[in-house]
Amino acid sequence: MACPATGQATRPVAVLTYIIRRVVGAFAMLIVISMVTFGIFFVVPQWAGATPEAMAARYVGRAATPETVHLVAERLGFNDPVVVQYGRFVKGLFAGAQYDYGAGVEQCPAPCFGYSFISGQPVWPDLVDRMPVTFSLAIGAAVIWVLAGVSVGVISALRRGSFFDRLSMGTALAGVSLPIFFTGMISLVVFSYGLGWTPPGGAWTDLAVNPLQWAYNLLLPWITLAFLFAAGYARLTRAGMLETMGEDYIRTARAKGLRERQVVVKHGLRAALTPILTLFGIDFGLLVGGAVLTETTYTLPGLGQFAILAIRNQDLPQVMGVVLIAAGFVVVASLIVDLLYAVVDPRVRLS
Amino acid sequence: MTAPLDVSGSASEAHPESVLAGAGKAIQGRSLTRIAWMRLRRDKVALTGGAVVVLLILVSIFSSPIISAFGHPPLEFHQDAIDPNTLLPKGAFGGVGSEYLLGVEPINGRDIFSRIVAGAWVSLLIGFLATLVSVVIGTTLGVIAGYFGGWVDQVIGRLMDVFLAFPLLVFAIALAGVIPDHGFGLEGNGLRIAMLIFIIGFFSWPSIGRIVRGQTLSLREREFVDAARSLGARNGYILFREVLPNLMAPILVYATLLIPTNILFEAALSFLGVGINPPTPTWGGMLSEAVRFYTLPHFVLFPGLAIFITVLAFNLFGDGLRDAFDPRAH
Repeated sequence: MACPATGQATRPVAVLTYIIRRVVGAFAMLIVISMVTFGIFFVVPQWAGATPEAMAARYVGRAATPETVHLVAERLGFNDPVVVQYGRFVKGLFAGAQYDYGAGVEQCPAPCFGYSFISGQPVWPDLVDRMPVTFSLAIGAAVIWVLAGVSVGVISALRRGSFFDRLSMGTALAGVSLPIFFTGMISLVVFSYGLGWTPPGGAWTDLAVNPLQWAYNLLLPWITLAFLFAAGYARLTRAGMLETMGEDYIRTARAKGLRERQVVVKHGLRAALTPILTLFGIDFGLLVGGAVLTETTYTLPGLGQFAILAIRNQDLPQVMGVVLIAAGFVVVASLIVDLLYAVVDPRVRLS
Repeated sequence: MTAPLDVSGSASEAHPESVLAGAGKAIQGRSLTRIAWMRLRRDKVALTGGAVVVLLILVSIFSSPIISAFGHPPLEFHQDAIDPNTLLPKGAFGGVGSEYLLGVEPINGRDIFSRIVAGAWVSLLIGFLATLVSVVIGTTLGVIAGYFGGWVDQVIGRLMDVFLAFPLLVFAIALAGVIPDHGFGLEGNGLRIAMLIFIIGFFSWPSIGRIVRGQTLSLREREFVDAARSLGARNGYILFREVLPNLMAPILVYATLLIPTNILFEAALSFLGVGINPPTPTWGGMLSEAVRFYTLPHFVLFPGLAIFITVLAFNLFGDGLRDAFDPRAH
């Protein structure tokens, strides 16, 4: 333990080092992920029998002569070593790229994820188009599951053994055992097709166009997705609260005459929140990649649906783009959580 | 506060060799495994989960006699059970009755009960074997990282971070999507099952790896390891005879909890159409076919319930097992 005087003096420096270390770490992680992704998606299609010519043929269509295909493969650099191709890919991400098809030069502005094999369109604008759907889904569901999960967990812990506790923990255990494509379908059958309360699957309105319609369309996917996660959060909050509420400082807080509300929220919940924050960072980050199932079930036009289509079409540049976006999101989310730690948990700043 | 109760066997602290060799009769008192077993026997919820798991395993082993006794072959079409005008099942609730216990599928009239029974073995096989793959990779790397520490630990730790940051589902879908039809002396769904086991296992090892690493880290500092080392034991001996036996309990617990996750993973892949190919019945595949028939609740409900009951049973049993070995962890 540092003496109080030096502890005070080194604190800003310690925080700064901590932040810099985390940012550098996150950046290194992104580089590694992009390398592995590129490696896998370059090597695996070749195992499955794709040649540079076959990849080039997808750009020029079936009618092209072998000579044209060969030329295009050469121009697009499909014959170069993987390392060279990776270097070009990264350069395209930061500085944009030029594609020389022979007939003309195509400018692909940064961030350039290349062109789709199928449509011939640049990948990045397509990804940007899909992002609002996935982010709306993720953020709305996250708000619901954190509020619902944490409050149910706190109430369960405070009324341990009560009917509410047993009912909510039973539901939570069921919740973590239910696949989203099952609950999603059941919810559609009951609330959309049966009762007609919610719109059918596939309904999507942009937030900027009509916020009410936006929320109404997303209500069912939000609740279904939130239910899955809220279950885990309720279990974790309950366990954390049971542990912290037994600590001595809670008794001290009560002894000095604090209101029960303050004891529970400021002293109990705050300590129990740290593991929840960690979990939230991981879960929320993975949500972009994990939206595949939700978006397929509700046929929402987001990144997850985009990923499935890209994979079905074996559209390498699109797959690469969506994987990198999803992985980047995980890294950024965990970076934000790490930085929040410095705010929430004073011990982090000094270690 | 008391010291945290450790998952490792307390008996082996005293006389590891004699206890492991089964010569522990002379030692009075109960081993931690024994205590855990006594706790588990009192946990009715966990026992129910365990009983359902055993039942499911039996069903998947004896699926053909069960199907011939109570249903029709899972791939057989039954046009007589289908209304030729609407192509929907005749009768109430999708044709549920004594002839077809859980009704029939629309259009071709296959027996849903038989398909669910026949689909059990794919779920369980992939769930168990993929977990085995994760346990092998996770334990090996976790033990190495925790025991040797230093740069080895750094490298493996970073590797786990990278794996945890990957959008696994997208990756698994992409990989499962390019599985060829032939390879490794297998073909068709045989190869797909083998590849899915490997893909799912390969992507879910870091959770086990982290736990094993943490446990190894604390075991490494224990007196009996020091004692073994001072007697001249090599690293290999310490790892296999001193550390690994004490890791069995946490590995068993977290493997049990990983099985349902892997079952859900397989169901998700089959649901998305990159898992096991039709017509082989799988629960996820049945749900993906049911997507187009929202008016037929039974078609969605029964395969979904099969997944739910299986996963819930494993979760209940795994939770009970964890509480039994380490009551403080929960």
